[in-house]
Amino acid sequence: MIKVESLTRKYGGFTAVDDITFTAHPGRVTGFLGPNGAGKSTTMRVMVGLTPPTAGSATIGGRRFADLPNTGLEVGVLLDASAQHAGRTGREILTLAQRMMGLPRSRVDEMLERVSLTPAEAGRRVRNYSLGMRQRLGIATALIGEPEVLILDEPANGLDPAGIRWMRDLLRDYADQGGTVLLSSHLLHEIEVIADDLVVIGNGRIVAQGSKAELLQTAGTYVRATGQADLAGALTGSGIEFTRSGDGFRTDADPEHVGKVAQAAGVPLVELRTADGAGLEDMFLELTADTSREGAAA
Amino acid sequence: MTTLTTHPDVDETQRVLPRPKRIDGIPMGRIVGVELRKMFDTRSGFWLMASIAIAATLATGAVILFASDSSITYDSFGAAIGVPMTVLLPVVAILSVTSEWSQRSGLTTFTLVPHRGRIVTAKLAATLVVGVTSMLVALGIGAVGNVLGSTIKGVDTVWDISLNQVLSIILANVLGMLVGFMLGVLIRNSAGAVVGYFVFAFVLPTLSALLAGSQAWFRDLQPWVDFNFAQTRLYDGALTAAEWAHLGVTSAIWVLVPLLVGVRLVLRSEVK
Repeated sequence: MIKVESLTRKYGGFTAVDDITFTAHPGRVTGFLGPNGAGKSTTMRVMVGLTPPTAGSATIGGRRFADLPNTGLEVGVLLDASAQHAGRTGREILTLAQRMMGLPRSRVDEMLERVSLTPAEAGRRVRNYSLGMRQRLGIATALIGEPEVLILDEPANGLDPAGIRWMRDLLRDYADQGGTVLLSSHLLHEIEVIADDLVVIGNGRIVAQGSKAELLQTAGTYVRATGQADLAGALTGSGIEFTRSGDGFRTDADPEHVGKVAQAAGVPLVELRTADGAGLEDMFLELTADTSREGAAA
Repeated sequence: MTTLTTHPDVDETQRVLPRPKRIDGIPMGRIVGVELRKMFDTRSGFWLMASIAIAATLATGAVILFASDSSITYDSFGAAIGVPMTVLLPVVAILSVTSEWSQRSGLTTFTLVPHRGRIVTAKLAATLVVGVTSMLVALGIGAVGNVLGSTIKGVDTVWDISLNQVLSIILANVLGMLVGFMLGVLIRNSAGAVVGYFVFAFVLPTLSALLAGSQAWFRDLQPWVDFNFAQTRLYDGALTAAEWAHLGVTSAIWVLVPLLVGVRLVLRSEVK
């Protein structure tokens, strides 16, 4: 379990992370979502002791990261796949981690296989790696100690679609077996398909958090009927506020309620569903509109 | 966290996560071992180390080829080998520290061991092991050269360096490495620290000598403030008590104090 409490990090007058509190639970994938520069990476660096916090704390299983006796066996960390000595081979980088953690040598080959790096690729120097290969190597370094907690900053960057699928399955397995997974992304779709819980951050502040289901719930309902005017009348008559969205309407009321209203008014519906997918995207844009660079125009 | 929340529907045979485990701390010896390995495991690191032996061999060869018969003594070989060592060893020390920042591998290093003081200590230990070993190897190559050279030229083999001198020479080079290490933690950038070393080792002494030549007041002060001046005495044989005092004072000013400042910066700075 990762617990972040009232964490603040200032750089001079600039507040990169502003009093954030959240918990990543075992058995769940927690998505840390926010536009670039929102403070995701700073928060993660504070978690693993690379950046000292200005105020507040981050603990892993109740302990500060620095108090863990052998961090690699308890927390798998991947902050930046490109932050490796370009002159080392992939195998050598993994070997250094294996040695530092005091693991059996055989683990290196196991991990290379696990992340699908061939022996030939593992023997190449990292300067010749694609970003996708670096991500795989970084994942291998994070997993080699079989930790119960994973902290991954933008792990899907540079992976091809098959790689993203692979990463998703791997993290799902990890969480299903009781592991705690925290991964950040600025891409909504990535997080949406894998995360159980979401923490959305913008300009250093948490703007929304909860289970994905809850957050989707608040995204509302999409409803469509051939007789648009009738539907609009029925909704208005029941005091449901709505906005036009494509061929239909969007409302904060839940689908069941909207369905009953339409039924009572005798309006045949052609579409009625929770506004998923696009809903989360709207939510994300809306939540970050005040804080993102593009402003509300996005 | 050492307890796991197990889900009843999880197939135990498919577990990839271990059961709750007992975790011991990382012993210092292991960190030193890994840091030592990191000094050799890149192509540039490997060739830097190899260049120590290569330079010692070339210097030895040059003495055999060009020195007059009477100069074929161990002292000549030692002096010839010493020149490349004073350049190479500090660079070894610098890169062992700065690569963590310049190559950004520190992100992993300082996460696996979130106590930077332990990493710095391990790096220092690894650097000194490499330094002393390199000097012994270099002096060994010189000794072989001395035997070979005197045999080729048909003169008596002259061993005119005492054990004390050998120790002094090793000390001089270890001090040089500490200078490199100090610049490494202080500057934390490979190119910057290497340039810093050349300024420290070649520009400062020249300025100091010029000043001593023109200003009488500085002449008496120089031994107490010029580190290179004091360090160079180590190559000339036994130091007097006053010279040891000079070495101690200048080392404190030029090596120890900035080293402490640099270590403090390393401990507190943000690793990006």
